[in-house]
Amino acid sequence: MSAMLTADWCPLGRDTYFRKFDLYSMGWQHELRLENVAVASAPYGGPLAVVRDRKKFVQVQGSGKPVISLYSAAGQHLASIVWSGTTLVALGWSASEELLCIQDDGSVLRYDIFGTYQHTFSMGKDAKDGHIVDARVFATAGGTGVAVLSASGRFFLVLSVADPKLRTLPAIPEMTGANAGSLTTWAVVPEERGARVLVSRNRDLYSLSSQETRAEPVAVPDLGLSSVIEIAVSLDGRHTALLTDNGHLWMGSADLRRKYADFDTKMPGKPRQLVWCGSEAVLGLWGTVLLLVGWRSPVDSISYSYDSPVHLVPELDGVRVVGAQTHELLQRVPLVVQSILRINSTSPGAYLLEASRQFQKQSHRADEYVHLVRGHLPEAVQNCLEAAGHEFNTDTQKSLLRAAQFGKCFLADYDPTAYVDMCRMLRVLNAVRSPRVGIPLTITQLRHLSVRVLLDRLVLRRHYYLAIQAAKHLRLPEVEGSSRVLAHWACYKVNQTQLDREQVARDIANKLGYAPGVSYSEIADKANNAGRRQLAVKLIDYEPRASLQVPLLLRLEEYRPALVKAIESGDTDLVYTVLEQLRENMPLGEFQLCIRNYPVAQALYLKYCRDHNPETLRDIYVQEDDFLAQASFFVRESLDPKNSAREASLAAAQDSFRRARADLNATLCEEQQRLLRYQKGLEDKFGREFSGLSLHDTVRALLLMREVKLADKLRAEYRVPDRRYWWLRILCMAHLGDWEELVRFSKTKKSPIGYEPFVDVCVKHKSPYAEQFLPRVQDELKVKYYAKAGLLEKACQVAVEQRDVQALLFVRSCCAPTDRELLERITAQIAQLSNKK
Amino acid sequence: MASHLSGGKVNIALVQELAKNELLKLLENIPGRKVIVWDKTLAGPVGLIAKFSLLQEREVVHLYPLESGVLKNNSVNKVIFITRPDLRLMDIVAENVHSVARGKSAKELSYSKDYGSQGGYEFHLVFVPRKSLLCEKRLKNRGVFGSFMQVQELPCDLFPFDNDLLSMELESAFKEFRLEGDPTCLFQVAQALGTLQGLFGTIPRVSGKGHAARHVWELMARMAREQAGCPRPMPTGAPAIDHLLLLDRSVDLLSPLATQLTYEGLIDEIFGIHNCTVQLPAEKLAKPDDSLPVNAGEKKAVILNSGEELFAEIRDRNFNAVGPALSRKAKLISAQLEERHGDKTMQEMKQFVARLPHMLAMKNSLANHTTIAELIKEVTDSSGFLESLQVEQEFMNGIDTDKVHPYIDDLIAQQEPLLKILRLVCMQSVTNSGLKAKVLEHYRREIVHAYGFAQLLTLGALEKAGLLTPQSGPRQYTVLRKALRLTVEDASETAPTDIAFVHSVYAPLSARLAQALARPQGWRALQDVLGLLPGPTVDEVQLPGGGPAPAPVPAAPAPVRLCVIPRTPFYPPPLLEKT
Repeated sequence: MSAMLTADWCPLGRDTYFRKFDLYSMGWQHELRLENVAVASAPYGGPLAVVRDRKKFVQVQGSGKPVISLYSAAGQHLASIVWSGTTLVALGWSASEELLCIQDDGSVLRYDIFGTYQHTFSMGKDAKDGHIVDARVFATAGGTGVAVLSASGRFFLVLSVADPKLRTLPAIPEMTGANAGSLTTWAVVPEERGARVLVSRNRDLYSLSSQETRAEPVAVPDLGLSSVIEIAVSLDGRHTALLTDNGHLWMGSADLRRKYADFDTKMPGKPRQLVWCGSEAVLGLWGTVLLLVGWRSPVDSISYSYDSPVHLVPELDGVRVVGAQTHELLQRVPLVVQSILRINSTSPGAYLLEASRQFQKQSHRADEYVHLVRGHLPEAVQNCLEAAGHEFNTDTQKSLLRAAQFGKCFLADYDPTAYVDMCRMLRVLNAVRSPRVGIPLTITQLRHLSVRVLLDRLVLRRHYYLAIQAAKHLRLPEVEGSSRVLAHWACYKVNQTQLDREQVARDIANKLGYAPGVSYSEIADKANNAGRRQLAVKLIDYEPRASLQVPLLLRLEEYRPALVKAIESGDTDLVYTVLEQLRENMPLGEFQLCIRNYPVAQALYLKYCRDHNPETLRDIYVQEDDFLAQASFFVRESLDPKNSAREASLAAAQDSFRRARADLNATLCEEQQRLLRYQKGLEDKFGREFSGLSLHDTVRALLLMREVKLADKLRAEYRVPDRRYWWLRILCMAHLGDWEELVRFSKTKKSPIGYEPFVDVCVKHKSPYAEQFLPRVQDELKVKYYAKAGLLEKACQVAVEQRDVQALLFVRSCCAPTDRELLERITAQIAQLSNKK
Repeated sequence: MASHLSGGKVNIALVQELAKNELLKLLENIPGRKVIVWDKTLAGPVGLIAKFSLLQEREVVHLYPLESGVLKNNSVNKVIFITRPDLRLMDIVAENVHSVARGKSAKELSYSKDYGSQGGYEFHLVFVPRKSLLCEKRLKNRGVFGSFMQVQELPCDLFPFDNDLLSMELESAFKEFRLEGDPTCLFQVAQALGTLQGLFGTIPRVSGKGHAARHVWELMARMAREQAGCPRPMPTGAPAIDHLLLLDRSVDLLSPLATQLTYEGLIDEIFGIHNCTVQLPAEKLAKPDDSLPVNAGEKKAVILNSGEELFAEIRDRNFNAVGPALSRKAKLISAQLEERHGDKTMQEMKQFVARLPHMLAMKNSLANHTTIAELIKEVTDSSGFLESLQVEQEFMNGIDTDKVHPYIDDLIAQQEPLLKILRLVCMQSVTNSGLKAKVLEHYRREIVHAYGFAQLLTLGALEKAGLLTPQSGPRQYTVLRKALRLTVEDASETAPTDIAFVHSVYAPLSARLAQALARPQGWRALQDVLGLLPGPTVDEVQLPGGGPAPAPVPAAPAPVRLCVIPRTPFYPPPLLEKT
């Protein structure tokens, strides 16, 4: 069996092997003749774009327009684009697997993998005028770049097709349109921040960088006088290979400062393709012959012959060879695989694999092999796992995994995470490699690409189910894995216009549920963009975040649902936003009728109007028959100092109050009108300000002017209660110091508020008349009031008369400490009273 | 981190830290010297999260209040407006920005357009706590929106007052919600609670009463659902808060009406506490050794929080118990200070000196509080205060609530401050579960006559808010008073065993509800009573991140977190609930 496993290995030098094996047998074999077409493919097992090579004569069938056909890596037809633009210069794929078609006028058209047009950008006016003759698509750190060469020999490039910013490269010295054809070859060298173009003209080599103003001539030692006819740059942009016209291959670092090795290919002329195979070897294609040269052992080479033309697709760790019948991978045998499977290998992994085989044969020799690796068992297990990862053949994978499983049984505290992870990863890799999907990824590529991107690519190919299953199998968090895929699926679903919208909405909701991380608003937005407004409305209903839901509903002009959702969210800012839009898009009357169904919206609108639009406020109150609110509105209006028609406002308020059956308030309004009129009369009469005063204050003002008769009249008219009027009279007389008058007043009839207030005002104004009223104070308050008036002797006396110990104690607490005599007397009295009890 | 915030059961300092970092981050993003223009209502609360010195370190040169008219700044060209999202404020901001533009010559303007600001000024706008589309639109209409380099938000909903108290500082929340039907505050509460849960973990139990409470709970649940999609880092371990109690203010209208009788409560009643700070007449607090004479009428700010040991001890005591506590403390300190005269070894002397700063601080704070207590005593001894209190207590005991009270009549006749009268009238209305039509009309007529026609609107607003209502249906207060023991006759003021000491007779209804939750039966024992209170009851269990219900932890005493914000001046009426 081990012999079979190494059958496709070829040694290059001492310890390096390269292997070439079939990935797929191509589904396109009956449709396509590879010799007449140009092929473009993306790294990481990307799809293939095929277009008739315009440099070749072929018999044209059908229309003369070129057709770009898109195939999966397994040769399955995905889509065709009938090209209707101007001449195609080059095809390429972006990092997000979009097809880039570069026209001779410098526009770059982007299509998705199913041939749907996405977007166009231009390489600038100069490029357009200059007529593009050649173009390259290259990978950069942040995505994919495009470089074009105009007929006048100028280079232009963008570093990211997602965000095209044009950079013009410096001109090559002595370059004019006339000798533009003298450029032999060129290549783009991606750098950390930007890119360089290496261009060869006859015997000169120039390096053009957008960061420099001039073209730098590059001198490469050891090249002699020959001219460079082909340049290959490795995918990571770290290595370069130059092929000269005399068949000499120079390999070195990308900056051309370091030479790794050189090799005489003895091959005639310019190769069809020259690419790096991983980072250790360069692969050239002359006609149907492949020549592999490794720089670590530059005396050796491997050559493969084909009987039909092939196309090379460089990969991170190898080269894919696309032929008419088969699709192969040529790669350096990974070291770990080599160490295990190489014939006569003595590495721990090899022994472990052998042990496992013997074990399955139920042979005792299994034990011997295990003993051989006892000391290195963890390493052996790890190596077997790794090697399994690098294999494409499932049987080999299985036997290596079995070996790992067998080996880990002998390890007491082995952490099985690595084993489980590898099993899961292989399951996913095998699934995506299947011809139905057609992504021939190696594990190295997957690690470089990340699982997330792999899921994106599956989604791009509409393998939603597989993507979800893969995400679940790899135990990705939902937000990153299945939810994201579902969201993409939903976006795809809404674009299928032939499906019933109810059905689609239901399907989507059933699948997505309230999956975390799914944004229904995005899906709805997509649906709307696809012209399916009703579906968008249905979908937006599932969006839990009102802050996303409402603006979208507004955009869809679904005002009422937007209003309902905004209110439900409780976020009043959203409600206001909806109201504002509603207001702008509806006649006022309709608007007001609309919002009256939503109390919160109504309240907020009223609040807004109160500050900004009082007239509308009243309209709405009238519309709602809210008489109380109308009344308040008029009252507020009447209080406005700028209002000249106060009485009219008050009359209106009165009317509204009456309708609201608030009779007292109506009466008060009426009284206020009368009062205002009366105050005007007073103002004329006395020549001083009255309006604005309350009734109480008006009466007081009159009393202070000693206009008692007028005050009496007002009091009768407005039915001021006795209590209040007496208080007023007392306070005013005290204020004026009319003490005699006060005494007289107290005798007019029995006071409705008692005589304590009389004493209070006297005390307050320090009037001696207090004594006049004290005898008439209620008995239980007498002591307190005598004390208040400062008549402690008398207070004491009353207290004794009332035989009240508590009162005596109170009087004593009022005494100043200097009044010894009184204090002693009170103490004596207390003692006496207490004794009696 | 402020020490007084981290002492409680829940480390409130985390909230402060979060808000502070947000603010400083904002400031650091705007390099160079800058001035801040505050919305006046924010200056105080934000002062609680970051001191001026911290701002100065970030090159904030000056703070100005946001006022209409010309921007008061001349030297610094980076201006940061920090405001609540309020349309009226937006107008002022626009006016400010315009004033700058007008002040510059056309030439300078055209020059300045090159870097996208006006008159060489660079404006920034920060909304607290959240941006508002409406406000941005207003600014656009005013043509100044483009003048702002950045419009940002400072997501700061909760301002830490003390180790057991956070406030949202939404002064007009109750008015907005009850009178204008504007539920913005509920949304803000829900968001603030979200922030709190982000810091302290999902609160497993939620109870609440009233429509607003129900609404807040629904919003919280909704937000939790919305966030399920984008999980935020939640603190691990057991949640620091066990139970959330949401109360709609309309459930308990009486408590904020009653005069507070604790030490802190009285300071608030008499002088007003804002943002943990009280302004007191400076001449009363002047120390004899102060060299500068103080002008009469000048105010001195005193900070009140549990960071001060003495205040923490007496703040929640009934005022009648404060005197003895102060004198006891005085004796203790003088005894301690006297110790120095005794014979001592060097060792003891060293210990004494080490304690000295603490003792001096204590002495200082004792002097302060003794003065404050004296100021309060002047008021509480006045007959006006005592008579009002007596009437309040009569009402709370259900005495004479159904007829016009002569004392209120007398107060109106003497035109005592309207607030005092409205407070008593509303109290009578609440304790009588609505006033008889005749009584209500009498009060209305009297108040309008004495205080002017404009008060008709005030009374209307009070009616709408449910503070002053006509009688209808059964007398709920009477039932509640018995069922919840809202009035306690023999409450001891100095050594209280019941919460009733805070009002000497009355135990706040909200406090009784919270107490009931702490009992093992919870609110199940109160089913009948809860039915009498307005609005639905909330009783829910929240699971952290939708996971399985955690095993109940029975032994830990539940820090039931209730904080009804203390009363604010009466109209606009007191506040809605919080946490």
